[in-house]
Amino acid sequence: MNKLPRLLSAATLSIPLLASAATTPLEIEIGYIGFEPDHGPVLSNILPEPADAGLKGAELAINDSNTTGRFLKQHYTLHARSTDQPDQIVPMTQALYDQGIRLMVLNLTREQLVAVEAELPDDVLLINAGSQDNALRTEQCIPGMLHSMPSRAMLTDALAQWLMTKRWKRWLLLEGQTPEDRAYADSVARSAQRMGAVIVERKQWSFDTDLRRTAQKELPPFTQTDEYDVVVVADERGDFGEYVPFNTWYPRPVVGTQGMSPVVWHRVVEAWGAAQLQSRFEKLADRWMNGRDYASWAGVRTLAEAVTQTGETDPAALKQFILSDKFQLGAFKGRKLTYRDWSGQLRQPIPLTHPRALVSQSPQAGYLHPVTDLDTLGFDQRESQCSVKGDS
Amino acid sequence: MYQPPFLKSLLIAAMLATPAAHAATAYVSNEKDNTLSVIDLDTMEVTKTIEVGERPRGIALSKDHTKLYICASDSDTVQVMDLATHKIIANLPSGEDPEQFSLHPDNRRLYISNEDDALVTVVDTETHEVLAQIEVGVEPEGMAVSPDGRWAVNTSETTSMLHWIDTETHDLIDNTLVDQRPRHVEFTKEGDILWASSEIGGTVSVVDVATRQIIHKLTFQIRGIHPDKIQPVGVKLSADGRYAFVALGPSNHVAVVDAKTYEVLDYLLVGRRVWHMEFTPDQKYLLTTNGVSGDVSVIDVDKLKVIKSIKVGRYPWGVVTLD
Repeated sequence: MNKLPRLLSAATLSIPLLASAATTPLEIEIGYIGFEPDHGPVLSNILPEPADAGLKGAELAINDSNTTGRFLKQHYTLHARSTDQPDQIVPMTQALYDQGIRLMVLNLTREQLVAVEAELPDDVLLINAGSQDNALRTEQCIPGMLHSMPSRAMLTDALAQWLMTKRWKRWLLLEGQTPEDRAYADSVARSAQRMGAVIVERKQWSFDTDLRRTAQKELPPFTQTDEYDVVVVADERGDFGEYVPFNTWYPRPVVGTQGMSPVVWHRVVEAWGAAQLQSRFEKLADRWMNGRDYASWAGVRTLAEAVTQTGETDPAALKQFILSDKFQLGAFKGRKLTYRDWSGQLRQPIPLTHPRALVSQSPQAGYLHPVTDLDTLGFDQRESQCSVKGDS
Repeated sequence: MYQPPFLKSLLIAAMLATPAAHAATAYVSNEKDNTLSVIDLDTMEVTKTIEVGERPRGIALSKDHTKLYICASDSDTVQVMDLATHKIIANLPSGEDPEQFSLHPDNRRLYISNEDDALVTVVDTETHEVLAQIEVGVEPEGMAVSPDGRWAVNTSETTSMLHWIDTETHDLIDNTLVDQRPRHVEFTKEGDILWASSEIGGTVSVVDVATRQIIHKLTFQIRGIHPDKIQPVGVKLSADGRYAFVALGPSNHVAVVDAKTYEVLDYLLVGRRVWHMEFTPDQKYLLTTNGVSGDVSVIDVDKLKVIKSIKVGRYPWGVVTLD
C-alpha cells in the first residue's frame, strides 16, 4: 500500500532553474552552535527554560527543509554543537569551519558572536539566533551577520505601540540586577520616548530588603510611587518579576518580561498555520516551542529557502539573495518575512501574550512607515550604522 | 383540485424528515465550534446547527449529493454524514489531521491532505479501505482531482509546491514550485488549466495542466491595504467560464478576475478573514466563509455586489451547497 520507496525515483523537477541539480543531490550542511548557560538561582523556578532551547528549532527546520528537498534533490544536514562552557564556543565553531561548514546558525551571546566572527575567515554566512542585543543592530554591527532573533528594541517597541493604543501612557519601570535586565529596561525607556510615554519612576529590585517577608508584603510598598497606568518589568531570567502581577500598590496591569509580554514566539500563537508548526515541534521535542527555538528555526529555514530559490550553496550568493527583494520567508506570523538590508535583521511581527492567550500582535494598526509597517519595530535605517549588504 | 393522498403524506413525511430537501441548502463548517451551520438558500438564514467531530475544516459532497464528507481534523478522521438524516454514519480512516480533500469523479476514491504528516491518504469511500498513502511536502493542504480523473493535485504549504499525483498508480509524477504557502487548487471545467493560490506569496498561479508549467501569475492591489495583508486562499471559477473569484484572507476582500484575460475587474468587501467560497446551485450567488467575523457573505454574481451577511458559528471554514 505504502508507496514511499518509489517516491524518490518518481519525483522529477519542473523548474528549469534547478534542473542542473537533478542528477546528483545537492548536499547542504548547516552548523548550529548553542550556548546553554546556567541562569543562576531565581526566586521563581517553576518553569525553567529548557536546556535545548534553540537546538530543537534548528532540528525541526532541517526536517522541514528535507521534506521539501526530497522533491528538489537537496539534502540538508545539521551539525549541532552545544556547550555550557563559554571558552569552548570559538574552538567548536572553528572545528565546524575546518570540516567545511560555511553556513551557521548561532544561538550565542553578543560577546560570543563577536569572538566567533573575528576568528572565522570571511567565506561564511552567520545568522544570529541568540542575542537580542540592540547595539548589534546599531553601532556595534558584526560584519556580514544576519539576525533571525529580534532585537530587544523590536520587542519593547511592539509593547509600547500596544500600550499607546490603549492610552496607557504613564509607566512604572522595574528592573532586575543583571546586565540583561538593564538592557531591557534601557530599551523600554527608548521605546517610551519614541512613542511618547512617560516613565513615572525607574526602580531596581535589589532584593536586599527584609528576606523574612514575602513578595506579597514587599511588592506593594515597592510599587508605591506616583500614579501609573501600567507597570513594566525588566527581569529577563524571571527572578522576581513573576510576583509583580496582582501585588502592585495600584490596581494596574503588569507587562514586560512578565505579565503580558512581547515575545518572539509562544505556544498560544496558533493563527496563520502556526498550529501546524506547534504540533510538529511538540512531536519532535516533547515540549512547547519558545522564542529561541523559533529564531533558530527561522535561521535554518532562511538558509534553506535561499538554497531552494537559487540552487546555490555559496555563502556570498545566498547572502546577496537573502538581502534582495526577491527573498521571502513564510514563517507562521501571518505575512512574509524579509531581512533589513542595512542591519541584516529579520523583520517580523511580535506577538503580545500572557501565559494562556494571545492578546495582540504588533505592529499596531495606525503605526505607518514608508517602506513597511514592520519597520516601526526596532531600529530604522537612519538609526543604524550597519551596512550588512556592503560587508564581505 | 384532486391530490392523490399518498403523495400528500409523502410530501408531509418528506417535510418532517428532511426540511432542507426542498430549498437549496448550504453547509458551513465552523472550525472552533465543532459544528456545521445549515443555511436555507431561499431565506438566506441558518435553520439548523449540527454537532460534528473536532475542528471541522474541509467539507465535500458525494457526487449524488446524498452524503457529506467532513474533515474532523482534531478527531483524526473524515466523517460521513447522511444528508437525509444529518447523522454521522461512518468515520473513514483518513490518516492524522485531515484538512482538505477531493473526491474522484468515480465517486469512490477520496484524496485527503494529512496536514501534520506530510501525506496524502487515498481512501475508498465504499470499503473504507486506505488505498495508498503518498508522501508529499510539509503541510499538505489544497487538494483537487482533475475533471477527467487523471490527476490529483496537492499543495504543500511550507514546501510551496503543487504535487501531481497519477490517480492510476498513485505515484508522484511531478512538482511545480509556486510562491510561498500554496493553499488551494481549482481545475477549470475543461480540466486544461489549474488555478493555485499562494497565501504568503500574495499571488495566484495559473498552470497549464498539459505541461504543468505556470503560464500566468496574478497579483492583487487594494487601495489602503498593505500588500502583505492581501493573502489569496480560496479560488472559485464560475460555470460559464467568465469569472474567477479569489478570496483574499485578512484583506477582507474577494477579487473578481476575468477568467480569460486574467484581468482583475473588482474587489468586493466581505467579512473578516475570508478563506473559502462556493456558488449556489443556480450560480446566482457566491457564499464566502469569513473566519474572524464568524459569518458568511453572499455575493450577487450578476451584479458583483455583496448583498447580505449571515452569522454562523465560530471560525467558519468550508462551505458546500446543494439543491
